[in-house]
Order: sequence, then C-alpha cells, then structure tokens
Amino acid sequence: MTKTVNNKAWFLVLPVFLIVAFSAVLPLMTVVNYSVQDTFGNNQFFWNGVGWFQELLDPTTDLGGRFFDSLWRTLLFSAIILMIEVPLGILVALSMPREGWTVALSLVLMALPLLIPWNVVGTIWQVFARGDIGLLGWVVNHLGIDYNYTGDPLDAWITIVVMDVWHWTSLVALLCYAGLKSIPDAYYQAARIDGASRWAVFRTIQLPKMRRVLLIAVLLRFMDSFMIYTEPFVLTGGGPGNATTFLSIDLVKLALGQFDLGKAAAMSLVYNLIILAICWVFYTIMTNVDAQKERVEA
Amino acid sequence: MSDSVALKTSGIKAAAAPAAANKALAGPRVNGRVVVMTLYLLFLMLPIYWLVNMSLKTNTEITSGLTLWPQNLTFDNYITIFTDRSWYSGYINSLTYVLINTVLSISFALPAAYAFSRYRFLGDKHLFFWLLTNRMAPPAVFALPFFNLYSAIGLFDTPWAVALAHCLFNVPLAVWILEGFMSGVPREIDETAAIDGYSFPRFFVKIFMPLIASGIGVAAFFCFMFSWVELLLARTLTTVNAKPIAATMTRTVSASGMDWGLLAAAGVLTIIPGALVIWFVRNYIAKGFALGRV
Repeated sequence: MTKTVNNKAWFLVLPVFLIVAFSAVLPLMTVVNYSVQDTFGNNQFFWNGVGWFQELLDPTTDLGGRFFDSLWRTLLFSAIILMIEVPLGILVALSMPREGWTVALSLVLMALPLLIPWNVVGTIWQVFARGDIGLLGWVVNHLGIDYNYTGDPLDAWITIVVMDVWHWTSLVALLCYAGLKSIPDAYYQAARIDGASRWAVFRTIQLPKMRRVLLIAVLLRFMDSFMIYTEPFVLTGGGPGNATTFLSIDLVKLALGQFDLGKAAAMSLVYNLIILAICWVFYTIMTNVDAQKERVEA
Repeated sequence: MSDSVALKTSGIKAAAAPAAANKALAGPRVNGRVVVMTLYLLFLMLPIYWLVNMSLKTNTEITSGLTLWPQNLTFDNYITIFTDRSWYSGYINSLTYVLINTVLSISFALPAAYAFSRYRFLGDKHLFFWLLTNRMAPPAVFALPFFNLYSAIGLFDTPWAVALAHCLFNVPLAVWILEGFMSGVPREIDETAAIDGYSFPRFFVKIFMPLIASGIGVAAFFCFMFSWVELLLARTLTTVNAKPIAATMTRTVSASGMDWGLLAAAGVLTIIPGALVIWFVRNYIAKGFALGRV
C-alpha cells in the first residue's frame, strides 16, 4: 500500500510523542545527570565526569567485574530460553487442534500463564518447586534426585529456565499459530499433489510463512528475557550467592538497595545502549523482510 | 517415507471434502499432535492447579504433608481476603491503574497509529523505532528516575503515577498493534468517506473505529495484560494508598512463618481477571499476538 506524504500527520502523532517523551526522556535525563556525578549523601553531588563509565567497563574493578558477570549471566539465560522456547513453541503451534471447541479451549489455557502477574508467577514456582510442600520438588526428591533450588546454583538455574518456559512458550506458540492460520489451503493441496513429505511441507511452506511472526517472537522473547526481573527475584532473590543475579536485579540492588546512584545510572545507560543496539538490528531485519515481501507481492 | 504414503492416502479423502483439507493433511500425525498438546497443557496447568489446591487448604494441612487435593476443604483464605480492607483494596488499586492506563494508551495510540498506517511524514521511521525501543527498555532502568519524577510532580502513591509510568511501554505497543490492524483496512474507505462529506473526526469515530473494533479490543487486551502483570514500577511508585495487590502479597511473610494458604488464595485471585479478559478476546488472540501482522 502506497502512503501519501503529509507532514500534518505529525499532529496525530504529537500526543503519543509527548506522553512517551514525558515517561522516557525526562527520566533518562535524570539518569544521565546522575551518571556523571558522585554523592556522599546529604544531597550533595560532585562532578565525576566519565569516572563511573570507566570503572564499569573495566572488568578488573569491583563494579566492572560485577557488571560483566551479570551481563554474561543474562545473555546466557536469554540464549538458553530462546533455544528451548522457539522450537517448542513451533512444535506446539503445529500441534494445535485445527477446529472444534478444543481450539478455543487450548487458546485460553495457553494464554493463561501470560496474564498472571510476574511476581505471582514467581510465587507459583517458589511453592511448586519446594521440596516439602511443592509437587515438583517433592516428586523430584522422591525420585532420588537431590534437588534444592535455594541451595544449589544449577538447580536454581534449571528452575528459573523451566519457569520461563512455562511462562512464555505460549507467546511463541500463539504467534506461530497465527502465522500458520494465514496459510491458504491451496498451498497444502499443491504440496499434496506434489507428494511432499511432512518435513518438506514444514520446510518450504510453513516455516517461510512463519518467518515474520517468528521474528517478532524472537525479538519479544529476547528483550523480555534480557530485562527479566520480577520472577527470578521472587523465586531466588538472585541467589544462591550471585548465581542468578541478572542485570536488572543487579541494577535494582545497586540503585534502590545501596543507593549508589552514580554507579547505577552509569550501568542503566550502558544497559539501555545494549538494548538499543540489539533493537536496531532486529528492526532493520524486520523492515528488510517487509520490503522483500512487498517486492514479491508487487 | 511412511509419512508421504500416508499423506497420499489422506489426499484421496481430502479430495472428497476439500474444506477439511487442512485437517486431512495433518491426519496421519493426529496422535502425535494430541500427545504433544496434552502434555504441554498439562505442564501449563499443573503449577496453577497446585496453587488452587493450596488455597483451599488450611496451613496445618499444607505444612504437615503433601496431599494431592484438599482433605479439609476450607474457604477461610478467600474469606480473609474479601473481608480485610488492606487485602481487597489492593485489587481495587491494581484494577484502577490498569483501567486508567488502558484507556489512556488506546486513546493516545489511535490517532498516531492512523498516521503511521496512512501517511509518510518527516521522521516517521525514526519515531516508530524510538517508540519501539521504549517498549523494550528495561523497567529497572526507570525505577529510580520515575520515583524522583512522580514525587516531584506530586503524583507519587496515586494510581495516576502507575498508569502514566506504564504508558512508557503500553502506548508504543498499542500503536504497534493498531497500526497493524489499520493497515489491513483499504485506503479507498477513507477516500469514499471524504467524498461523502464526512469530516475527519466523524469519519474516524463513525466509520473507521468500528472497522478496526477487533484491533482496538486486542490492543486494549494487551495494555491490560502488560499493566496487570508489571510489578517493579507499580511497587516503586506506591507506598500505601495505591499499593497494588501483587505488592500486598508480600505481607504473608510474617514472624510466625509463611501464611501459605492466604498467599495461594491471593495468587489465585490475581489470575481470575486475566482469565476473564482472555475469554472475551479468545477469537482474536492468535491474530492479536501477531500484532495484527499476519
């Protein structure tokens, strides 16, 4: 669809621009302000230049070491859950019933975890995985496996990953399902006439048609897992030790726990820049895919 | 190999009933699909069942041993919540800011989404990208500055503070979803309406909005969802008067140990609004999750 050039459209966008700028730009200015100052309490601030940034980006300092540790943990976490949730989501989408009342039932049940407040998600798993009163922890322990997510770092990681898979796989599945639903029956009929195998149908019809929604799914899942805070905070509080202290948890500890405003602000900015860079890569890929699609259709 | 053979036989059946082609193609794999689906749904429901199960037990029963269903069914935990003001006001607070946020986000996003879907203008692509980055910005970054900002303008500890703060990620999301749905409406409709003498606001409200009603519903659903599930900002921006239910839940940890039953009951009650909302938009869920772009 061709769009007309009309700069008056800015008037329609202006309210959104203002309200988002109010919530985004003003606070960000505060952060920038803090990031170049030091404080000794009593609301006295001193100019510190790029000192915090130098410390933050140097892994040999306390702050830098802490920052890079949480950064790698967060990246590892995002990588793991993408590797599990994307294939599992596709599998579930392919397994969705095609018609009848089971479709609505499956959709509603699948969407349910997505609408549970994040700290309740943490609470549910905190209870569910406990060795004494939780079904999962109890069963695993009675199978003879020593499992304790509050004491063992590996167990804590497994629990958080399983919790995230429980929480978010449905998002990927629903997105893929939407992509699959948009494939006309004619495609399948053509594949049948050609005698295509199930794998070939998936590879040449279903996967390409899902590409766009999959891109959105990967983008949303990556971003949301990269800034995950509430669920692991409730479940493990970042522990045992620092084993599950992700970037957001570390940041909140620094800012609201220790009130180390300068360090926290510098960390926020670097964190935000990383997000911005990744976001830009995704956005570019997405617009390219769209442009390709438009060329093909035209 | 066996797959493709099966595929051909199912093809013969499908030829007799082309409407069921999709189903027939998947015919040979029906069992595998049912197994995957059943296991997945079971995996999703078990933790929720456990929470419901616990909310209907007494604390003695919870801590004394594992029971798969309540032996002494009790509704005391729910009664406590519905009769104690400090508990149920948490639900009212949460619902208040969620509703304010949803109404704000949709009414701001509607005209903007229209502009993005119909016109090119100076900096449109950059603006859209900038909006998108705000959806992706980690709330942890904004927790402290928001605290300062809303304290400074005197909105701290009101539902408005949380509602405005949640606009940070909900407005961009609403614009994104609505733009997707609006781009599916042909431009000819706009032009016809203009020829028929409709002014722009009248056209927008009377003709255009009914056309994208499902899109508005989906966008509202998502605003509701993300505002309802977010806690970090909501907790940072409130202390007493506007405290969300999710923050009230931490009260169950007391000197005498955890009140597990009460915690579980409060958790179950936070699931219910979500479940109700899903039921209303169930037919649009799939399209909505694809942000109107399939």
